[in-house]
Amino acid sequence: MSTRLTAHGGALAFEPGYADDAADALRNLRGAPAAIDFEPEHHPDSAAIAQLGFWIYLMSDCLLFAGLFATYSVLHARTAGGPTPHGLFDLPYVLAETVFLLVSSFTCGLATLAIGRRSRGATLGWLAVTFVLGLTFVGMELHEFAHMLAAGAGPNRSAFLSSFFTLVATHGLHVTCGLIWMAIMMVLVVKKGFTPSTETRLACLSLFWHFLDIIWVGVFSLVYLFGVS
Amino acid sequence: MLGKLTLSAIPYQNPIVMGAVAFMVVVTIAVLGTVTLLGKWKYLWTQWLTSVDHKKIGAMYIILAGVMLLRGFADAMMMRAQQALAYGGHAGYLPPEHFDQVFSAHGTIMIFFMAMPFMIGLMNCVLPLQIGARDVAFPFLNSLSLWLTVAGAILVNLSLAIGDFSRAGWLAYPPLSELRFSPGVGVDYYIWALQISGMGTTLSGVNFIATVLRMRAPGMKLMRMPVFTWTALCTNILIVAAFPVLTVSLALLTLDRYLGMHFFTNTLGGDPMMYVNLIWIWGHPEVYILILPAFGIFSEIIATFSGKRLFGYTSMVLATMAIALLSFLVWLHHFFTMGSGADVNAFFGITTMVIAVPTGVKIFNWLFTMYRGRVRLESPVLWTVGFMITFVIGGMSGVLMAVPPADFVLHNSLFLVAHFHNVIIGGVVFGAMAGLTYWFPKVFGFRLNETLGKAAFWCWLVGFYVAFMPLYVLGLMGATRRMDHYDNPAWRPLFVIAAIGAVIIFCGIALQVAQVVVSIAQRERARDLTGDPWQGRTLEWATSSPPPAYNFARIPVVRDRDAFWDMKQRSVEMKAAVYRPIHMPRNTGTGFVMAVFLGLAAFAMIWHIWWLAIGGVAAAMVALVHHAFDDDRDYYVEAEEVRRTEVLRGRAQLRSV
Amino acid sequence: MLIASKKTGDRTAMMDRPAHRRLARLLPFSAALLLSGCRWAVLDPKGPIGLEERSIILTATVLMLIVVVPVIALVLLFAWRYRASNVKAEYRPDWSHSNRIEAVVWLIPCIIVGALGVIAWRSSHTLDPYRPLDSRVKPLRIEAVALDWKWLFIYPDQKVATVNEVAFPANVPVEFHITSATVMNAFFIPQLGSQIYAMAGMQTQLHLLASEPGTYQGLSSNYSGDGFSGMTFRAVALPTPQGFDAWLAKVRAAQQPLGAAAYEQLALPSESNPVAYYSQVQSNLFADIVAGRLPQPASRLLARTPVRAHRAGPPAPMVMSGMPGMSATRSN
Repeated sequence: MSTRLTAHGGALAFEPGYADDAADALRNLRGAPAAIDFEPEHHPDSAAIAQLGFWIYLMSDCLLFAGLFATYSVLHARTAGGPTPHGLFDLPYVLAETVFLLVSSFTCGLATLAIGRRSRGATLGWLAVTFVLGLTFVGMELHEFAHMLAAGAGPNRSAFLSSFFTLVATHGLHVTCGLIWMAIMMVLVVKKGFTPSTETRLACLSLFWHFLDIIWVGVFSLVYLFGVS
Repeated sequence: MLGKLTLSAIPYQNPIVMGAVAFMVVVTIAVLGTVTLLGKWKYLWTQWLTSVDHKKIGAMYIILAGVMLLRGFADAMMMRAQQALAYGGHAGYLPPEHFDQVFSAHGTIMIFFMAMPFMIGLMNCVLPLQIGARDVAFPFLNSLSLWLTVAGAILVNLSLAIGDFSRAGWLAYPPLSELRFSPGVGVDYYIWALQISGMGTTLSGVNFIATVLRMRAPGMKLMRMPVFTWTALCTNILIVAAFPVLTVSLALLTLDRYLGMHFFTNTLGGDPMMYVNLIWIWGHPEVYILILPAFGIFSEIIATFSGKRLFGYTSMVLATMAIALLSFLVWLHHFFTMGSGADVNAFFGITTMVIAVPTGVKIFNWLFTMYRGRVRLESPVLWTVGFMITFVIGGMSGVLMAVPPADFVLHNSLFLVAHFHNVIIGGVVFGAMAGLTYWFPKVFGFRLNETLGKAAFWCWLVGFYVAFMPLYVLGLMGATRRMDHYDNPAWRPLFVIAAIGAVIIFCGIALQVAQVVVSIAQRERARDLTGDPWQGRTLEWATSSPPPAYNFARIPVVRDRDAFWDMKQRSVEMKAAVYRPIHMPRNTGTGFVMAVFLGLAAFAMIWHIWWLAIGGVAAAMVALVHHAFDDDRDYYVEAEEVRRTEVLRGRAQLRSV
Repeated sequence: MLIASKKTGDRTAMMDRPAHRRLARLLPFSAALLLSGCRWAVLDPKGPIGLEERSIILTATVLMLIVVVPVIALVLLFAWRYRASNVKAEYRPDWSHSNRIEAVVWLIPCIIVGALGVIAWRSSHTLDPYRPLDSRVKPLRIEAVALDWKWLFIYPDQKVATVNEVAFPANVPVEFHITSATVMNAFFIPQLGSQIYAMAGMQTQLHLLASEPGTYQGLSSNYSGDGFSGMTFRAVALPTPQGFDAWLAKVRAAQQPLGAAAYEQLALPSESNPVAYYSQVQSNLFADIVAGRLPQPASRLLARTPVRAHRAGPPAPMVMSGMPGMSATRSN
């Protein structure tokens, strides 16, 4: 019941001139004797709906990664006589990569705070820092891949390497999409400032970015740490 | 420049294929020509292709499902004809490389491009109306979902004319679907058609969950939602939870085929059985994604036409949730014969049987809804009664095969084929047809012809039994599925009977086509002026037929499970004293344009035309970004226009019952 | 549960009877069934595994019919009795709940499913394809390999191999080890019972026993590509160990060894292959196939030989000469 009230009650209050109707509606919802059978005009809270939708999407993306993690778990020992995690992973390098991504998550949080303050400059600044950190992460990952390919450890060498490249690159691809999205959002903020739709999208973007961070923690632990231990 | 695509990809030498292609081309030209002649291009673009109205999107989904039903059924007829002919020394008329495509296409089309769009279409048409909403949560995404599904369906049909379709069955088990064993473009057509439509389906799932959770009319608590809304919610949760797994399995197969990886290959550590596991982790929930909405449809119909509240609403909701949950715990029953060991097999066998409990409860609840009711035996009820009888038989054969040792002799046999057609035709298709008949007047404003509808039902019902009971018998006689010929003369009469059954079903489909045509021609006679042609109980009947774009001039406040029934009981005044402006989303062509580009990109991937693939994806992204920069995405319907619309539709005058 | 050895006695007695008399005895019965018994492969098992599985199928079906038949009857009854035109029937539009009915409708399916669950649990264990049969006789080991599109059977202890024909003495447990050198297939002799997948790089096991001599049809029940429909074989259960020895002698008389080169040739895709015998077989061939140590054709499309000419004629006769008691026991 209470969720219904927050979804509709908030909007009702903004309808000047229909206050009586609104009061009746609220009373009715609470189970008091009914006075009305129709609700006065309202706008569903589109920002809240958009964020809920994005959450649901993230859950489905999470399951996509779950599929890839499961695949990796099944195949990680199938090295087919090829390279094994031990000789392949350079832990300090990946740790540096991880730090860049974690810090970018932090700066993304700072950007969110700046949005809350309606500070366009700070928002753009922190987004730019986040962007650069994310780009560094992707660059380092590509460098790692190039290194492995050069060493003959490409994704077609063994089932282990197929699943490794796929899991890590899928995350990298998500980060890349996030970077493109971030660039577009920066342009939007420059051109339009803080409109309700821009704010909603920025909120979704930061959700996405933190989500990728959490996924990476999973990748780092399962693939790299367990791999070399 | 054109990758693997050359003129030799068109199968000139095959008269059967070329005949089908010619037919498709003629139909397409006829449709396009008619639109041009009538000068309706602008109307088509502004009112349909760019529409974000959930009712129109739903109607287009159902049209897609209808067209694909014809295509998939043509495949079915070809199979039945082949198996009726190809016994002993006779080779039949289809060589194996063609027959194998036919059954692969039949399964793929019927599940992904017939049953899925049909159910999603019905949800689109009805769900927002049932919860008293003006649209879905994300109207633009809804349009994108539709066109992505259409793009996938077009790819499947394109494979007929350019190249060929998969020969690896509807689930494309590796290693058969790997490049080494299926070197052509067939499997690629399968993969990309499914990926692109799967993307649309996932978006639909997100959309409907948000819609149900956030857009319900005031007073509609979760336990006041109509059962169809409940089943749709559970279905969409299943979609969001299961489709990512399909995406992963197909993506990994793609990587094997395109980049030489080794997920499912026989060599270098690949594990084909991992694909089989993954695809069924999606596949079994998929079955419930199809059947749960059908359960919802039957629940609505049986209550409405019995003039009575649904019996055991709470049980019904709990049973739906139990089925949704259990559907993720049974996937291994699709391959007991893999040799997983007795404990594993027994576990999955028992979880499978447990699903029979909530399903059985539902059957009993429908039964007791009729009890002490006033059952009007109109065609939606005929479909429902036909379903209840047919489905318990299908359920019985399903539970039988859930006993692992029984499955050891029945697996992959025609008994299995009979079983899943028994539940899918008897459950999903009957449900879709019932729902179509029931909600058609709501969406289009007039009823379907009842005489033809009843005749179609009887053809479907009789045809189903004649076509599939012999397959049960054949399965017990040791006949396995997917044979393009066989040597056992004892099987032949049964295959001939099954083919006759298919012909009877064909009569049913033909009658349905006639039903639609006749109903359109005689629509003035069957107009639904009240908005409530069946003495409905839920909110979709509280507005006019067809509803205005904004669905409800005023959002009703819900005080009962059967919200509209309750309003009628209380003689609620439907007429409004004043109308207020209504906030609505604006139509956009972005979804259509994106789907065109993504469809092109998928086609390019199939044929290894890399520049076009990259260009297609980039263009789709540009369209999306352009849409993101567009602020003019909604508008207000002015109060005066709402009043005029309501008067025009007769709602302003409508007295309550 | 498996009472193979006990049943041996009467089965042996039965097989000595002339075949036509047995058929004659079956006739009235089969007429009643519309179809003669031997056509009902799964319902006419010739081994203990199949018999158990048939009895499970029948028991489970009867158990479910206890609910299904009344439900169907009630659906029709209620739909008719409470039809709208029957205004005499009681009408209670607001009646929608009854704790007693709810309890019953949850309970009945629970009881049936509980009973079936017990059957499923027990039978999964007793009829586990990997479980050796209870028998005093030493099992015969046969290795089956699915190729494109035929079955290769290797007798590791007898050191012979065959294509599309597998023979073993009746009433001797057979221990099949199964793999595939190509895509997934399923090894299935419907009249003997369980099937199991044949998968590349893996080996599955299946224990079967024929309690009646005869020639039974075997097949791949998992679609594996264009030549799949012709991927059948005959499983010959020979009446006596001596008969089996005679069969082995016949295989050995083929004077054709199966070495690496011959195997490579054999593994090429071909359809509806005739029966072939190999007098000798390279040791460890099966293990090598499972381990993927043997060369494989690069692409099936290039290697396939679409020879289907023989399909124009009648199916090859399956009656084998020179084997006592075999003449009319062919069952599909």
